[in-house]
Amino acid sequence: MRATLERASPARIARRPTRAQLIKAGVTTGLLLFAFFALPALLSLYYIDTMTQVAVYSMVTLALGLLVGRVGLFSLGQAAVLAIGAWAAARLLFATTQPYPLVLLEAGLITMVAGLLIGLPALRLRGLYLALITLMLAGAITVVLATVNFPNGGHGFLGYNGGLLHIPPIRRPSIAASDPAYYRYSMVVAILMFGLVLAHIKTRPGRAWAAIRQSEPAALAAGINIWFYKLWAFALASFITGVAGGVLAGAIHYLYSINFPTQDSITLLAVTLMGGVFSLWGAVVAALLYQFLPALLNNWGVSADWLTILFGLGVLQVLTTAPAGLADQVPRDLRRLGNLLGRRLRRGSARGGDTS
Amino acid sequence: MIEVDGLTVRYGGVTSLDAMSLTFEQGTCGLIGPNGAGKTTFFNVLSGFVRPAAGTVRAFGTDLLSMAHYRRARWGVRRTFQTEQAIEELSVFDNVAMVHEHSRLGGASRRGDVLDAITFTGLDATPEAPVRTLGAGQRRLVEVARAVVGRPRLVLLDEPAAGLPDEETSHLAEVIKRIPEHTGALTILVDHDMSLVSACCATTAVLDFGKLIASGPTAAVLRDDAVVRAYLGVA
Repeated sequence: MRATLERASPARIARRPTRAQLIKAGVTTGLLLFAFFALPALLSLYYIDTMTQVAVYSMVTLALGLLVGRVGLFSLGQAAVLAIGAWAAARLLFATTQPYPLVLLEAGLITMVAGLLIGLPALRLRGLYLALITLMLAGAITVVLATVNFPNGGHGFLGYNGGLLHIPPIRRPSIAASDPAYYRYSMVVAILMFGLVLAHIKTRPGRAWAAIRQSEPAALAAGINIWFYKLWAFALASFITGVAGGVLAGAIHYLYSINFPTQDSITLLAVTLMGGVFSLWGAVVAALLYQFLPALLNNWGVSADWLTILFGLGVLQVLTTAPAGLADQVPRDLRRLGNLLGRRLRRGSARGGDTS
Repeated sequence: MIEVDGLTVRYGGVTSLDAMSLTFEQGTCGLIGPNGAGKTTFFNVLSGFVRPAAGTVRAFGTDLLSMAHYRRARWGVRRTFQTEQAIEELSVFDNVAMVHEHSRLGGASRRGDVLDAITFTGLDATPEAPVRTLGAGQRRLVEVARAVVGRPRLVLLDEPAAGLPDEETSHLAEVIKRIPEHTGALTILVDHDMSLVSACCATTAVLDFGKLIASGPTAAVLRDDAVVRAYLGVA
């Protein structure tokens, strides 16, 4: 065990990226460039709008994946948190002429405060009980929203006027008024949010979360204030979901409380688990499942209700065969398939060489 | 130096520690006793997981029991667990860095300190290796590295050699012996492996049913009649 003691000397360990990391970075950059520049040219307006939704919901599943996968907190109230973000952003967009990024930031912060108010008492609970409490709170928020409605350009604190005949649309940033431009705008916001999470995971909070998830005694023994870091995760997840709500407001122009039914929270958890909660790619897969797949089925004339069954089976599949979700399973299986084909081909060519 | 005075812990009707009074001076001290004697309970009191019914613990002049549990690591309490608790998802480096960044040293000179701690244990894996790829012995060393990083004052090792083959145990013994001189921390070793305790500890205390039954130089304690009776029963 002591033979390679020198290996760990500080001088030898310069932080050089490995080959695998470089490939990963290359693939990510390639995919992002494709999504940013090629997709809007290739897709019809219908699918561009769908991809905007994918960008929005990738932030939501990112936040939920952070809670479930990194800290082990099961929240069933994310659709309500998204609604709070959308409400705050819509109110600010109607009431002020602030630049859009500022509104997104404020909507995120407002949602963060709301999330913390929910989180403070809820964090005393764990597992099933936390899930139950967040689900009930989500239900309560849905009821409140159905009563106060979303802002539609009216006056007062709530900004709702039921008597309006011509409801003004929620504005978009001036640089992203068209649908393709707004899709790119949503992409940029989503990338920033993914970067924010990555910066957390790779540093002090990420280490603390990993410790808390595996063993709270070990985390305590390491001097980690468990309560504080859980609250931090809750705050970060609420902030990101709030920002997503702000992007959503501009994307669909008109907000109604029926857009945010409580059961969406459950579906969101299902797709997040299917996508995979231990990798950031899982959030993208989850958002594609949640928004792109229904749009595709819709376009093909298949009822999107089939998805409820599909998602149920999908969660079962993930929980039994791939706890790290599709983002982990698909590349692994593809690699296996590649190796298998490679072996077959080599064997085939070797045999060919023999006969010639 | 740790002065334990009248420490009593009760779980319902069971008295797990019964008015334990003892002083750990310096270096590596052994703490042994049959199963259920209260050794791990004592560690749990020191790390703040268990609130005692009575008694005080003064560590280097500080009242340890009045400190919030997560603050004790910052003050300098470190421990390893009976069932090893290296964080699988993180690399070796991150496992150790996690403790360092919540220690008295905070962020200063972090990378060097973390690598020093890993080197100190003689772990034969790269710091970037994920812990889930390591074997049982290596994980134990990761835990030890976490225990020695960031200027600890008190290192508690709870059966660090449990389940390890002899070769790895003897390596671990070498590492444990060097902890006090390397870190300046008082080290308390709980283990059932008497050869490990004899090899590492100049002094040893023995608990039985929550009561201190012997303490002093290790060799003398292991020959003590009361200790032999506690382990082997009365003929």
